[in-house]
Amino acid sequence: MTLLRRILLRLLTMAITLIGVAIIVFFVIRVVPGNPIAMMLPPGAGEEDIARLKALYGLDKTIPEQFVIWLNGVLHGDFGTSITSRQPVLKLVLSRLPATLELSIMALVIAVILGGTLALTGTRRRGTRTEGTIDIVNGMALSVPDFLWGLVFILLFGVLWPVFHISGRVSPALDLPFVTNFYLFESVLRLRFDIWADLVSHMFMPALALAIPLAAIISQLLKQSLKETMHLDYVTLSRTKGYGENHVITHEALPNAVLPTLTLIGVQFTFLIGGTVIIERLFSYEGLGNMAIDAVINRDLPLIQGIVILFALIFTVVNLVVDLTYAALNPRLRNG
Amino acid sequence: MTKLTRRSLLKGTAAAATLAAAAPNFAWAQQIDELIIAYNVNLPSWDPTVGSSAVNPTIQGIYQSVFDQFILQQPDLAPAPGLLTAWGWNDDRSQIWMDVREGVKWHDGSDFTAEDVAWSLARVANPETGSPIQFVWGTLENHRVEDNRVIADVKQFDPTIFKWMYFLTGYVLPKAYYEKVGADGFEAAPIGTGPYMVEKYERNAYVRLKANENYWGGAPEFKSVTIKFVTDAAARVAEVESGNSHVTLEMPYEEFDRLKAGKLEGVAAPISDIGMIFFNDIEVMTDPNVRKAAVMAVDKQAIVDRLLSGYGVPIDTLETPEYDAYDATIKTPYDPEGAKALLAESGYSTDNPVKFTIQTTRGFKPKDYEIIQAIVGLWRRVGIEAEIEVYEVAKHYELRAADQLAPAAFYNWGNSVGDPTTSTGFAMYGPSPHSVWDGQDLIDMINPLWGEPDEAKRIEGWKGVSRYIADNALVLPLLQYVQPILHAPGIKVVPHASGALLPHLMTRA
Repeated sequence: MTLLRRILLRLLTMAITLIGVAIIVFFVIRVVPGNPIAMMLPPGAGEEDIARLKALYGLDKTIPEQFVIWLNGVLHGDFGTSITSRQPVLKLVLSRLPATLELSIMALVIAVILGGTLALTGTRRRGTRTEGTIDIVNGMALSVPDFLWGLVFILLFGVLWPVFHISGRVSPALDLPFVTNFYLFESVLRLRFDIWADLVSHMFMPALALAIPLAAIISQLLKQSLKETMHLDYVTLSRTKGYGENHVITHEALPNAVLPTLTLIGVQFTFLIGGTVIIERLFSYEGLGNMAIDAVINRDLPLIQGIVILFALIFTVVNLVVDLTYAALNPRLRNG
Repeated sequence: MTKLTRRSLLKGTAAAATLAAAAPNFAWAQQIDELIIAYNVNLPSWDPTVGSSAVNPTIQGIYQSVFDQFILQQPDLAPAPGLLTAWGWNDDRSQIWMDVREGVKWHDGSDFTAEDVAWSLARVANPETGSPIQFVWGTLENHRVEDNRVIADVKQFDPTIFKWMYFLTGYVLPKAYYEKVGADGFEAAPIGTGPYMVEKYERNAYVRLKANENYWGGAPEFKSVTIKFVTDAAARVAEVESGNSHVTLEMPYEEFDRLKAGKLEGVAAPISDIGMIFFNDIEVMTDPNVRKAAVMAVDKQAIVDRLLSGYGVPIDTLETPEYDAYDATIKTPYDPEGAKALLAESGYSTDNPVKFTIQTTRGFKPKDYEIIQAIVGLWRRVGIEAEIEVYEVAKHYELRAADQLAPAAFYNWGNSVGDPTTSTGFAMYGPSPHSVWDGQDLIDMINPLWGEPDEAKRIEGWKGVSRYIADNALVLPLLQYVQPILHAPGIKVVPHASGALLPHLMTRA
């Protein structure tokens, strides 16, 4: 199968997946108990008031009718209006997406650096106490969920040794001269390192909390792959040529051993984005996840739909990118 | 390997210094220039009159910082002259009149006028505006201005209409500005006549407020206030403990006590929210002996002392001491032996307990699930076996509106206006979507009170309703909540019985 055909097939699958997600989400959130009208009923409201509010928000129609209206809007770029904030859903989710992406990417970078360093160190010091210690650290990192890491960091680096900000994305006192919501990237491009440092000071703890479990997974898998590779003939040959152990690991073994880890990182990245929901809430980080929780609490149906579809889109795109990257790196897959 | 050069060293040092400079300032400020509040909810929308946020009691503190209500509500819930300096009905109660304060300015510098009041009332009375309280504002029509007085015709007499003017959605918005910028423009740059002006707003993150030096009630002491939306209680506690924020509210009482014993100071005062258990008149709850036993078997003081660290006030009716129709003589004492005797009359005992389901939220209010667990334990001792069903508050609203709650269901009821109609009335009046008790006798008792023009007679009538409810155990009132507020030393915080945390009431100690 050619690469082009593979891409087209994946795009078709993506479209079907997104439509499926849209249908399921739309119907499920209308069937589960709790509706937005009941949430906003003030004391003294009567049946007429309930009917009036239902009509106002288009909830007086049957669910299939509502779906057709909503789908028609989506096809025209209108994802509806948030019930709580009365803002267009698309505008709301797109304004928060950069914050979540930046946090996820920062967490990924930390995870790769931490996990990679541990794996390389463990491989270099295999059979020693250092490797044992790394295995124990990995086990601990995996057994504690990300939100608990978050609470530990708040206590350690927010209260006891207060070096990072506990909540938010950026200090309210700073005026941001930015045109996009990708604050971190734009601060670098504009050479505003004061803002960049403030952003990092806010993002570091949530990003680290998200990164630690992934770092442990990366470390374990990469170390195992490296171990297997280190016994292959071409690695032994390079040793006999007189290369040092560091060179053998990083220049000979790593390029081959890293492929399964790359695939795993891609898959785990989607889980990492999912993890932002709780972490963003804990750190009051103004991303999509935080918004998603508010939307669910308030039964803001249009906003829930918009966020879920955006998350689904991110997941499918990431998976596509991973597949294509893997195919590009692996000639056997690239040529079908 | 990259060599360490002087340039790379300088770059690294500069980056480290920048990062260090960005770290929060944890020194206890002797003079706080910018007051920072870690608030427990997000602010979804700036329009305080429409949408679901307009009826969210927790958000009202932010709204009241920027907008004024028609009538001012004091910290003890009592009304006082605000934008309206005087108000009342005509003799036959076919009209209301309201005198408007002169010399008030909107945040954009334009004059506040009686036209603004008339327009604000007419706007929320219009069903197309989407006010959730339209059913109240719609009882007035034909709003008009005569000099400095606003007059409206009464379509349907509501003795509480002026109380709604300092309750949910009772805010005055700027007519000319709103018509000029529209709903979206107002959302982007809201203005009011309140003590603070919106300087910067980041959705889901914070709002930065600047003092309104021309505020008719006097300029606020803190000239700059940032309200950060920190919805997680642990993060809020960490915010004040670390010095990142100066004031926060709603944290576990154990944390409140711990931090108050240290560097921070705190105030804890009763607010108008109560915890209660609805009885739905279905299944075994139609048996008065079961209901009365269920009420008598609950030791409310012990629950407050042991589960809420003493922060709570046991109540016997749905009226708290601050409410207009509070009657201290109505008591439902803890009497487990009496409860056993009543259950025995209906053939129940600890060996043959009466069984029903009780629904509760978990984590929505302080120790809600634990309170219900304790109550179920107390009930078990007298011969009541209740099965706990945990639900989300959204499901509670839906079930209650459909009259499908379990025989017993825990809920918290807020009534920051303190009128009996908005507590006992709507909670217990059968036809109301908020009530699950459908007894005709109670409906007949309440019916004449909705339109009773004699205020004293009306309040006495509601006290009679409360007594009837208590005598027949139609509901189980539990406790009045206490709101914990932590703050840095050097700040004086005035708690408001409505639960609204108001920065303009904060001063330097």
